[in-house]
Amino acid sequence: MTDQQIVEQINRSLAEEFEFDLEEMTPETTLFQDMGLDSLDVVDLVIVLETSFGMKIREEEAIRKIVTLGDIHNFVIAKKRQTENA
Amino acid sequence: MLLKRVVITGMGAISPFGRGVESLMAGLLEARSGVVQVPALAEIVGMRTRVAALATGVDPMEIPRKNRRSMSNMSVYATLACQDAARMAGVGEAELGSGRLGVSIGSTTGSPQTMQEFFRDFNTDNSLERMKSTLFFHIMNHSCAANVAQVLGVTGRILAPAAACSTSCQAVGYAAEMIATGRQDFMLCGGADEFHPLTSGTFDIMNAASKAFNDSPSSTPRPFDRDRDGIVCGEGSGILLLEALDSALARGADILCEVTGFATNSDPGSIANPNAASIANCMRQALADAGLQPEEVDYCNAHATATEQGDIAECEAIGQVFGAQTPVSSLKGHLGHAMAASGTLELAACVEMIRQELLIPTLNLEHVDPRCAGVSHVQGIVKRPVEVVLKNNFALGGVNSSIILRRYK
Repeated sequence: MTDQQIVEQINRSLAEEFEFDLEEMTPETTLFQDMGLDSLDVVDLVIVLETSFGMKIREEEAIRKIVTLGDIHNFVIAKKRQTENA
Repeated sequence: MLLKRVVITGMGAISPFGRGVESLMAGLLEARSGVVQVPALAEIVGMRTRVAALATGVDPMEIPRKNRRSMSNMSVYATLACQDAARMAGVGEAELGSGRLGVSIGSTTGSPQTMQEFFRDFNTDNSLERMKSTLFFHIMNHSCAANVAQVLGVTGRILAPAAACSTSCQAVGYAAEMIATGRQDFMLCGGADEFHPLTSGTFDIMNAASKAFNDSPSSTPRPFDRDRDGIVCGEGSGILLLEALDSALARGADILCEVTGFATNSDPGSIANPNAASIANCMRQALADAGLQPEEVDYCNAHATATEQGDIAECEAIGQVFGAQTPVSSLKGHLGHAMAASGTLELAACVEMIRQELLIPTLNLEHVDPRCAGVSHVQGIVKRPVEVVLKNNFALGGVNSSIILRRYK
């Protein structure tokens, strides 16, 4: 997958799960403030990403530092590349 | 005996006839059937019944995602019906968040649909890693009551009675007792259930679900009819907003009706089969609670689900208590059996029968079973003053319940 394809798949998955408007989802969008997610949503966000990309990320320390949608994009892209190179 | 007078100031309904008590009454007065064929039932091995009474007119998207994520359909139904009941009563944020308004809403179980989805996934690899954070809120026994309180901002008491088909009758009765003893001034009360094949299957394996009318769904169920062949399961929600009379008068609220009696008892003789003596005892206790004699009751709204044993036992009990003169009908012919919602959907219709001065007949009752002949069946709309109504509900598990409504004056 290209980086762009990964970004699009993340956005589509999150838009479906949390009923977001795709056009309003930019890398700068913050998860808690702009998108209105809360602690329960974050649990489900991890599940959505794990299911969508077939990877385990729940125990990753880096996931706790995510603030924006762009952070998610970068995290997943890095994780995918890490898996591909392993 | 209710120490403080308890009245009804709001009602909400989600039924096969759509959203609202007006839609419910339109369907009943036009003698429509809410029963439809459900093709998915034919795909289930061993399922013989193919019909159900499904709720219509519901748009779950009306509820914000943050609230909806913790809801299955039954909580959606209960929430919308509660919003309508509160609106009808003119009850807003101030009352809802006062601590003087509580919720008493039950369902037969937590969401069977969510349970099915969870275990279908879980059983593939014994993994919890795909379990959503809100799963528990769908399947906990007080799912409807808790979700309603969250959406409406209720800060008073929460009660979630569960007694299958007696659930909402009990929910109203216990709510009335809370108001009568001064613990709460308002109670949003009733029941909700969502259709799932497990419910139909439960009755089907006991040979108590209708299967002879799969190709003519509007002809079933047939309470008290000689050709009846069982229950048709349904879904929805019925909600009453009960209020202390002094509160309603102080607010200048429109008072729809009064709740004057309630009784519920256990029949330890059988977990499945109703018993006429126990049912009669329940009705007599409700009459005593209301301080009424049987001859003061103008109409009995029967539980009557069109099962062989239930209809006969209830008729025998009604005959014992009231004799052969008091008019009797069941609304299951129109609505099917909405389980935990049935009691309050039917109570809402009873309130309207009192207000509109008429009695609604039993749909599909064409030839009274001789074993159900000991009472006076309503077989066409009867226009007459209706002052006092006794409403029955009986449940698997041996739980009987009766509520008495009286025109407010």
